[in-house]
Amino acid sequence: MKGTNLGEFEELVLLTIASLNNSAYSVSICDEIERVTKRKVKLGVVHSSLNRLEEKGLVKSHLGDATKERGGRRKRFFEVSHTGKVALLKAKEQRDQLWSTIPDVVFQGIRS
Amino acid sequence: MEYYTGCGFSGYQVMTPQPPKWADKLLEWYCRKDKLEDLQGDLYEFFNRNVAEKGLSRARMIYFLDAVKFFRTYTIKKLKILGRMNSFRLFENYWKTSVRSIARNKLFSSINVVGLAISMSVGILMIVFVSELLSYDNFHEKSSRIYRVISSFEGVYNQGDPSNLASTSPFIAKKLKESYSGIEKVLLFRRNFSGDVRYGEKIITLQGHWMGDSFFDIFSFDVKSGNPGTMLAEPHTAVITETTAEKLFDEEDPMNKVITINGEDEFTITGVVADPPKNSHIQFDILTSFITYENDQTEDGSDRYLKVTNMWMYHVYLLLHENTDPSQIQDHLDQICEEENAKSDRYEVGFYLEHLSEIVPGKDLSNQVGPTMDFNIIYIIGGLTFIVLLSACFNYTNLSIARSLRRAKEVGIRKVVGARRRQIFTQFVLEAVILSLAALVLALGLFYIIRPEFLSMDIDDTVSMVIRPVYIAYFVFFSMLVGVIAGFLPATFLSKIAALKALRDPGRLKLFTGVNLRKILIVFQFTLSIAFIIGATISYQQYKYAVNFDLGYNTENILNVRLKGNDSELIKSSFSTVPGVEAISKSAFILSSGNIWGATLKYDDPLDSISTHLNYVDENFIDLHDFELLAGSAFPIRVNTENEEHIIVNELVLKRFNMGTPDEAIGKVMDVDGEKMAIIGVVKNFQHAMIESDQHEFIFRYVPDNFYYVNLKVQSGDMISLIHNLEKKWRKIDDVHPFEAEFFEDKLQEAYSEYQYYFKIIGFLAFLAISISSLGLLGMAVYTAESRIKEISIRKVLGATERNLIYLLSKGFILMILMAGLIAVPLTYYLFDQLVLSDVANRISIGFMELSMGVFITMLIALLTVWWQTNRAARANPATTLRDE
Repeated sequence: MKGTNLGEFEELVLLTIASLNNSAYSVSICDEIERVTKRKVKLGVVHSSLNRLEEKGLVKSHLGDATKERGGRRKRFFEVSHTGKVALLKAKEQRDQLWSTIPDVVFQGIRS
Repeated sequence: MEYYTGCGFSGYQVMTPQPPKWADKLLEWYCRKDKLEDLQGDLYEFFNRNVAEKGLSRARMIYFLDAVKFFRTYTIKKLKILGRMNSFRLFENYWKTSVRSIARNKLFSSINVVGLAISMSVGILMIVFVSELLSYDNFHEKSSRIYRVISSFEGVYNQGDPSNLASTSPFIAKKLKESYSGIEKVLLFRRNFSGDVRYGEKIITLQGHWMGDSFFDIFSFDVKSGNPGTMLAEPHTAVITETTAEKLFDEEDPMNKVITINGEDEFTITGVVADPPKNSHIQFDILTSFITYENDQTEDGSDRYLKVTNMWMYHVYLLLHENTDPSQIQDHLDQICEEENAKSDRYEVGFYLEHLSEIVPGKDLSNQVGPTMDFNIIYIIGGLTFIVLLSACFNYTNLSIARSLRRAKEVGIRKVVGARRRQIFTQFVLEAVILSLAALVLALGLFYIIRPEFLSMDIDDTVSMVIRPVYIAYFVFFSMLVGVIAGFLPATFLSKIAALKALRDPGRLKLFTGVNLRKILIVFQFTLSIAFIIGATISYQQYKYAVNFDLGYNTENILNVRLKGNDSELIKSSFSTVPGVEAISKSAFILSSGNIWGATLKYDDPLDSISTHLNYVDENFIDLHDFELLAGSAFPIRVNTENEEHIIVNELVLKRFNMGTPDEAIGKVMDVDGEKMAIIGVVKNFQHAMIESDQHEFIFRYVPDNFYYVNLKVQSGDMISLIHNLEKKWRKIDDVHPFEAEFFEDKLQEAYSEYQYYFKIIGFLAFLAISISSLGLLGMAVYTAESRIKEISIRKVLGATERNLIYLLSKGFILMILMAGLIAVPLTYYLFDQLVLSDVANRISIGFMELSMGVFITMLIALLTVWWQTNRAARANPATTLRDE
């Protein structure tokens, strides 16, 4: 069913929010994803993805303080909700499970 | 650079970079309150970053783009107005109910969609066709000020029936240029230049016009090189198109190169233009300067060139000044006509101004410059299309009204809850529009199936029938219009239903003042079908009649080969060695296929002249074509150096000049275009023109210079290799022009292709009409059978036989079709007998066969349709149908 599964980008955003811990708002999330993945991330994409995550109940948000470079406007900070954490853990579990079943020979000789 | 320092309302105007105000406004206008603050904040943050990295203007640009890009479903405000507008919210509901109702009644929806699609495909065809025609010549920048002068000529031979010409005389151009103001440019040219153009080793055949030097000042053709104002000003200069340049010069620059035309005249290339667009009524590969031609015409000092009646090959176009009133120019022209007509009583000329946009589509004129389309044809085809469309709309109307009982409860409840009549009306019209939009998709598919057929009717040099993006908008509008027309009546009926009645006892609802209307609509549809089938039958019969008409001479196994400027004797001697060729004659043109040549003929009274039709033929022609000689003989062999002495005439000539019996006429001397010639033979009358015209006075002359065809009498089991052998011989003599041979019989069929087109178009429309009306009938039959199933079952229980029941159910339909036949037969008979075929000299008589065919076919199809359904109903087991009550 729609909404239970995490999309790849959604998972990325969710993980970033978790890693930024309390200072996650759209611009910082953008920057962080760009830093880690080295790919250009559009604000619009992050924004709509945050909106989706919030609709699904995977993240919670609240407004923070005003800053001057934002023309006196407040930031909306995001944190991962309980459901979000469960979803992330579930995703990780699935992955770990798959990783554990891969025989060593498959990755022989490859280093990241 | 200073950054923003806090509150926006500080009194100090700090010089900080600001995003564009109006982009901000836009964002604030559409964005939801709860999303606005942080979104705008984010954008500001990025803006400041971009200012530092990319500069202010780029940053402002990006800010604006972002503001636009964030217009998304989750960011926009719920429109307050929408909330208040019930009808808009209801729209959603209408949509849902409509789609559900369409999906529930699969049979009826598909009958409607298919019927609409079939007729709409023709509608689309018409839209594309007419739009393309209307786009003709609209690419010229000054098109609003361009006019041309057209003429009419009424001479002795066509009194009461003046020729209307797209051409006019050079005299007019001179007169307008010299004596009148208000005209910025006058263009005079001679159409149909054709020649073999040689450059170096290459020879190609090109078509074009002798073009006046103001051509490029008036028209906006895309000049690639050369000076548009002067490139046709000098004698012996030519302008070629890019395609021509490529063919003739390959990679070389054609400018200032010298080409040879027809082996003698040398022309310098002074310009290259892009190929004329398809929607230009002036088409050309090459333009040669008109002054070259003009000098040639006037150098012998004769005044023929500037005679007002020299009006068959020349065209005059005018570019008026911005503030010139065209009626003023027309007054000038009228004045010129008056002066000229006063000078002679042998003819009467007229000159008229025609705007560029009226050329294609336009009036039915002779001597057109390029392809055109008669406006009347558009009206006729458009009218027929409209009728077929209407027929499909009626299907929808009929079926919806018939089934409206089932929707009555829905309407009742809507009304109780507070729906207004207008809203219900809207709902049902919307339903029809949804269906017609669905039909549009199917219709587009059908369009691509019928398009090649349409193009094959000899109009592919006029239109290309390619769908341009803007047409899609026309199509959607068109299909919505169809939907509204189709849905209008059912919507009116349904919205009239009184809520209380509908809910209390829907069975007793009397909304069927519609019953009679429905019958009328069905009768209309079948009248149409029958009429179209009869029309198609008649035009097919007439075509067959025309092709098999006994012309009075033999056309079988005769192969006509165009000489294309080659020496007739040379070709003849070369072809005569090919096995299978039995005899060879030479002639000027092919008889009976639309061409007519004329000359003035006199006998003993110098004042009594007629215009006779003629052909130039050699000594073998009469024999080869089996003309029946009533007296005298065919021509003796003639050498070009001798004087022309003999003519062969037909009986009508003898009758016209009272020359007695054929035998008496032999040896009498006649005056042909001022030369004396003796009658050497008399042939029986034959049909030398197309069969629309009567037989006419006709003479054969023998002038070797005027041969353009050789006629081969061939006899071979293997025509293909015979023609192949002929082509080989041809190549040896002429390797520039392709070998062009055609059997006489094929040529005749081609000449009568017009009838074939009528047959095709009417036949196709007949097919559409019958499909649509049968679909409608099927729907009605299903509905009738369904709604009377209980009655039928009870009758059956009480002892009615299946045959009784089928009769009972189909009686009404059969009556309607008979009625349609009663209307259609006399109507079509009158239409074809009195209007369409009335001018045709040799025509079929419309008999019982032709007329009954339509009724018979329609009846058969309708009966099968009805029988299929009623049979099912009649066979149903009463136990199952009566059980559930």
